[in-house]
Amino acid sequence: MDKIKVGIIGSGNIGTDLLLKLLRSESLEPAMVVGVDPDSEGLAIARSKGVAASADGIDALLPNEDIRIVFDASGAKPHLRHAKLLEKAGMLAVDLTPAAVGPFVVPYVNVQAHLDVPNINLITCGGQATIPIVWAINQVCPVSYAEIVSSVSSRSAGIGTRQNIDEFTHTTARSLEQVGGAKRGKAIIVLNPAEPPIMMRNTIFALVDEPRADEIRGSVERMVEQIQGYVPGYRLKHRPDVDGNKVTVQIQVTGAGDYLPSYAGNLDIMTAAAVAVGEELARTLTAKETAVQ
Amino acid sequence: MKPRIRIVDSTLRDGSHSISHQYTEEQVAAIARGLDQAGVDIIEISHGDGLGGSSIQYGFDRTPDEVKLRAASAVVKHSKIAVLLLPGVGTKEDLKAATEFNIRVARIATHVTEANISEQHIGLAKKMGMEVLCFLMMNHMADIDTMVGQAKLMESYGADAVYVVDSAGALLPNEARDRVAALKAGLRIEVGFHAHNNLGLGVGNSLAAIEAGATLVDGSLRGMGGGAGNAMLEALVAVLQKANYENGVDLYKLMDVGEQIVRPIMTRAQEIDNASLTLGFAGVYSTFLLHTERAAKKYGLDARDILMELGRRKAVGGQEDWIIDVAAEMAEQVGH
Repeated sequence: MDKIKVGIIGSGNIGTDLLLKLLRSESLEPAMVVGVDPDSEGLAIARSKGVAASADGIDALLPNEDIRIVFDASGAKPHLRHAKLLEKAGMLAVDLTPAAVGPFVVPYVNVQAHLDVPNINLITCGGQATIPIVWAINQVCPVSYAEIVSSVSSRSAGIGTRQNIDEFTHTTARSLEQVGGAKRGKAIIVLNPAEPPIMMRNTIFALVDEPRADEIRGSVERMVEQIQGYVPGYRLKHRPDVDGNKVTVQIQVTGAGDYLPSYAGNLDIMTAAAVAVGEELARTLTAKETAVQ
Repeated sequence: MKPRIRIVDSTLRDGSHSISHQYTEEQVAAIARGLDQAGVDIIEISHGDGLGGSSIQYGFDRTPDEVKLRAASAVVKHSKIAVLLLPGVGTKEDLKAATEFNIRVARIATHVTEANISEQHIGLAKKMGMEVLCFLMMNHMADIDTMVGQAKLMESYGADAVYVVDSAGALLPNEARDRVAALKAGLRIEVGFHAHNNLGLGVGNSLAAIEAGATLVDGSLRGMGGGAGNAMLEALVAVLQKANYENGVDLYKLMDVGEQIVRPIMTRAQEIDNASLTLGFAGVYSTFLLHTERAAKKYGLDARDILMELGRRKAVGGQEDWIIDVAAEMAEQVGH
């Protein structure tokens, strides 16, 4: 079966890490990477892998009609413009910025419900790391309140994240409710400058109505195994703790080390989620076309 | 002539850690009224971890910040009321919501190396006409040049002052002095100092900072605050008066608020116990104290061992969840 051709907007850390992951995909083929900086290492890496690259931004990408899916790793503001252009061109957008144009999506949790929309948003790294756990707990018993704390190494937090840190807290908190199913959500992010850099760490606290400890642990452990299918470095630090009506789950995310070092699990989980969502979209596109033929 | 020193009271913010954020509306009003009548310049009121800090991670506030701020603003006549905000915990929305209570000072705090997460919050507070006092927390964790560079960023965003914040109570007097002097030399704005008393140096370090040029200094009544507490404000004011630094505070009135209103509220002695001393010795965030004691009890460990390990891992402010992680790991190792 032919692979679905995809494009990447953004030749920075995330775009480049994503490219290296896409090159391993069995159903997606990266056809072009576009950025805005002609000297960026990301564009050079793309060329060295035989992938077309341009510093002319989205304008260079749009004429490639065979590109069906575009991953946008530029920024929230540029994505607002890109989203319109991509939709007009009939290209599906997978948005790795906090622009939140399309619905919030987490692989395995709710991707199946959003395969027919032109634009999908991947929330935040903290969201990708914690929402599935809240969702898994909520499958056993209703979560009245979910609170997550993400600690990331200072080196892995770029200037975009830093200047818009409120977007992380707001977007993550909202998606804990909308996607995770919590009645109320709260998110906290802490940057830690320790050297060598810390691995991404997430703590998920959930207040539940009926603390059925064994079932909660089972549900969380099954979810962790599923996530390991696309993020191999995702693991429970300890057995989930159920203390009264409070559930505490601690997760460490070690990055795959494709382009970014392994401490950048926060970026790895975003690019891995993007590939997982892209592959689902590709399956849908292929199925539709097979049905037409 | 010696400069006038502005006194910032943090009983109703940092002090809230000592009682696990359990202030009532009436207690806030009574303390704020007393501080105002005693002539304190600035009264800081917020959850111990700032606006938006009420959480499982840091402890839920018994009284929401807006209720506390409303109660205080109704009784405070002369002092300015301040709020604290830690970007990553609280947001610009929280700051906007607080301004309906006549808040004239915003304190924006980041870890000593992460100043550039505060640009938008500083900008917003300035736009709303507030005085902005910025905190470089866990100051001992960065070398002086790095720290000054971070302070310059805050100055460029619009800060009116930058504080050396000794969150772990780990600085010695010569270090407090050198850090404040470096900021004085590198900045055009005011410099402040916020002490913790984990090594018994709260008041002494504050005096060293003032001698090096700090003109804003924090303290709290009866020393209430994270870890072994802040510089005890009554003692600090007495020391400043003996050293001939004008500060506008009526010492007797201040002492009365501390003894008659604050002391009955306290649920534990604000002393340098073994765990608090370990905070200063290991360089760990002072507010970890009570959370660590709870984790030590739950997992059958010595709080000091947990704190030493957190120091080795270079935990920063706000990472209370690392306490449970470290405790669980240590318990697994010893087979509890």
